Amino acid sequence: MTNDVMVRVEGLRKSYGAVEAVRGVSLDVRRGQAVVIIGPSGCGKSTFLRCINLLEEPSAGTLQVGERSIDFGKRHTMPRGRDLARFRARIGMVFQQFDLFPHMTALRNVMSGPVIVKKMPTAQAEAIARDLLAKVGLGAFTERYPRELSGGQQQRVAIARAMAMEPQLMLFDEVTSALDPELVGEVLDVMKQLAAEGTTMIVVTHEMNFARDVADHVVVMDGGQVVEHGAAEEVLLQPKNPRTQAFLSRFHGSIAART
Amino acid sequence: MPYKWDFSLVVNYAHFWVKGLAVTLAYSAGTVLGGLIIGVICGMLLLYRRRWVTLPIHFYVELFRCTPLLVQIVWFYFALPIVLQVELPAWFAAGIGLTLYMGAFSTEIFRGGIISIDKGQWQASRALGMTGGEMMRHIILPQAIKRMVPPFVNQSIIQLKNTSLLYVVAIPDLMYTGSIIVSDTFRPLEVYTSVAIAYFVVLYPLTLWAARLEARVDQ
Ligand SMILES: Nc1ncnc2c1ncn2[C@@H]1O[C@H](COP(=O)(O)OP(=O)(O)OP(=O)(O)O)[C@@H](O)[C@H]1O
Ligand SMILES: [Mg+2]
Repeated sequence: MTNDVMVRVEGLRKSYGAVEAVRGVSLDVRRGQAVVIIGPSGCGKSTFLRCINLLEEPSAGTLQVGERSIDFGKRHTMPRGRDLARFRARIGMVFQQFDLFPHMTALRNVMSGPVIVKKMPTAQAEAIARDLLAKVGLGAFTERYPRELSGGQQQRVAIARAMAMEPQLMLFDEVTSALDPELVGEVLDVMKQLAAEGTTMIVVTHEMNFARDVADHVVVMDGGQVVEHGAAEEVLLQPKNPRTQAFLSRFHGSIAART
Repeated sequence: MPYKWDFSLVVNYAHFWVKGLAVTLAYSAGTVLGGLIIGVICGMLLLYRRRWVTLPIHFYVELFRCTPLLVQIVWFYFALPIVLQVELPAWFAAGIGLTLYMGAFSTEIFRGGIISIDKGQWQASRALGMTGGEMMRHIILPQAIKRMVPPFVNQSIIQLKNTSLLYVVAIPDLMYTGSIIVSDTFRPLEVYTSVAIAYFVVLYPLTLWAARLEARVDQ
């Protein structure tokens, strides 16, 4: 394996009782790459993403993030307790519903990872948090509580909160799906900027134009499996798999060629 | 012939009243505090989701919620010393039932407060890399405690009223004091009216405070 690979997933499976949500997914993500996962509702995208930072414990397969590799066939390699927390600390994740901490200001939310997890001195964490909030365009909103912010602003705080941990990898799970249409752009712009700066990211989204513009690689999932993957232009504009074609036809012609 | 009220008899027993009220307040405070401690410990343990931990706690909670408090008090006062083959001081035996009763409800209040926190808060904390303890301390408990306080205050108010049941085991609380004074004076009307007023004067401000707390959490 080259140092270049940030994430390597092989044969990953996850069942909930009788339901197998992820059925043998393999994926490589290289350092600095942005991979976009698309697919119909219920096909296992969220489950797959949550397996990567072990919010869900996979049933089978192997997972490597950075230096750490885990074989879910061998239970002792699954990290537990503090070890599990450390594993997750190196991976940022942003959710559909933002999930900011309502009892903290925007600034405190962004500081929470460094202060609570890394035990960083407050002053240092605050400096990092202020920089990040300025970067996502919220320099003037540091003292606002989540309920005093719009959805788009909350989601940008959530991105800053994840970035404050200086993660090796960022996971985005339909982060614009809960937003009013006019607020989607401001969040996508932040993500585009992160991608341009070389942040390694895996993004689940229904924003096909974002996928076309930003993704180095597009993965199409259906029924818990990868049915097609490749360069964004190829997959989105000349899909070969009939299931990809069926899925993309819903976005009828809204995916323009990259200009 | 209309009844002639005479509260002077009642007033003559002032120092009895003060003692009775003190006993009522002491039992309320003591059993509420004891119940709170039980509730926090059992409520925390319930989060462990291991059956051998949760099953006995659920059994305890349901046992105390599904039997009358009066039966519990009498049982602990008369039966427990026999079961344990030890002499328990009467004041202590009488208080155990009340404490465990409060503990059962506190356990539910604590657990309810914790699980009322949106699952997004848990997943966001975990995703940041917090350990279970860090998440509890910094994210879950600060939000949950705010929600636990109003039901806990309400349960404490009920608990204060429930201490009147200590009357049956001759603990000289407000209620029992009243009955003593009645047997002395044969004036049940004035005496029990005074007992009711005493409870009301203590509890009414507490209920107002509880309502204010609830309003604060709702906003
Ligand atoms: N905790 C769970 N318990 C049981 N079944 C689950 C659970 N989470 C997900 N599933 C099932 O697993 C399958 C995949 O769900 P998942 O949320 O990963 O899909 P998705 O691709 O993210 O869908 P969407 O686009 O609607 O978010 C679904 O059939 C879902 O019902
Ligand atoms: Mg999903």
